[in-house]
Amino acid sequence: MKTRIYVTLKNGVLDPQGKAIHHALEGLGFSGVNDVRAGKLIELDLDDSVTTADIERMCQQLLANTVIENFRIEPVAG
Amino acid sequence: MKTAVIVFPGSNCDRDMAVALEQVTGKAPAMIWHRESELPEGVDFIALPGGFSYGDYLRCGAISARSPIIAAVKAAADRGVRVLGVCNGFQVLTEAGMLPGALMRNATMNFICRDVSLTVANNNSDFTRLYQAGEQVNFPVAHHDGNFNADVDTLDRLEGEGRVAFRYTTPINGAARDIAGILSEKRNVLGMMPHPERMIEPAHGGNDGRRLFEGVLAAL
Repeated sequence: MKTRIYVTLKNGVLDPQGKAIHHALEGLGFSGVNDVRAGKLIELDLDDSVTTADIERMCQQLLANTVIENFRIEPVAG
Repeated sequence: MKTAVIVFPGSNCDRDMAVALEQVTGKAPAMIWHRESELPEGVDFIALPGGFSYGDYLRCGAISARSPIIAAVKAAADRGVRVLGVCNGFQVLTEAGMLPGALMRNATMNFICRDVSLTVANNNSDFTRLYQAGEQVNFPVAHHDGNFNADVDTLDRLEGEGRVAFRYTTPINGAARDIAGILSEKRNVLGMMPHPERMIEPAHGGNDGRRLFEGVLAAL
């Protein structure tokens, strides 16, 4: 079973990396990009015995820093 | 004073810290590998050094903060043992939940490596007792992720409780309220981005960092 964890910065937290990407896009001549926020995608390959509550704990304890980041758990079909 | 330096894979200021501790205390610290689960009996002072532990994978300090030794460091801090985290060590302390907030990528997006002026915000801890409140000191910084961030309530609490130890005299990395170093509730844990251990003898360009270690030594 594969599960994807999306880790994103909370609203209001400054994202220098997103800003740098934004500037680079503008430098390439792309217009109309209002904002860029960069995050992480972590893919887990899990035994069927692993519960959603387990994954939630993995996110809370390690995968995301909940002081500054949000996470979203998304099971991958197939 | 019995001291210990925790060594993580990718620490690179562990030996600087060891030299500083030996110069000030007259005794070499125990170097403790992160896979250990116990600290030396009777340790008074634990230093988490700077560096790029685990290559800053996931987040700076995130993997190190889950090392076996950290449980022992937490237990020691709860008993009142003084713990100093410098640079990557500060990042580890926040990731371990021993200090509030988080260290984010510098707002300027640059790696900053130079001496900076700090203002001693409070001298109410063993680490800062030999400085004057409001005094300006020079310490080197060398970091890419030193932009201290916390929610407004936490920042207000830190300031209200006198737990901001050092501020950047002029902003360098975007840190909230120019915070360079903070103390735990019991004031026995200090995390800071600048490096006091690299400013302890004239050959370093100054010795402003020396009093930080001497303060702890004098308190014991």
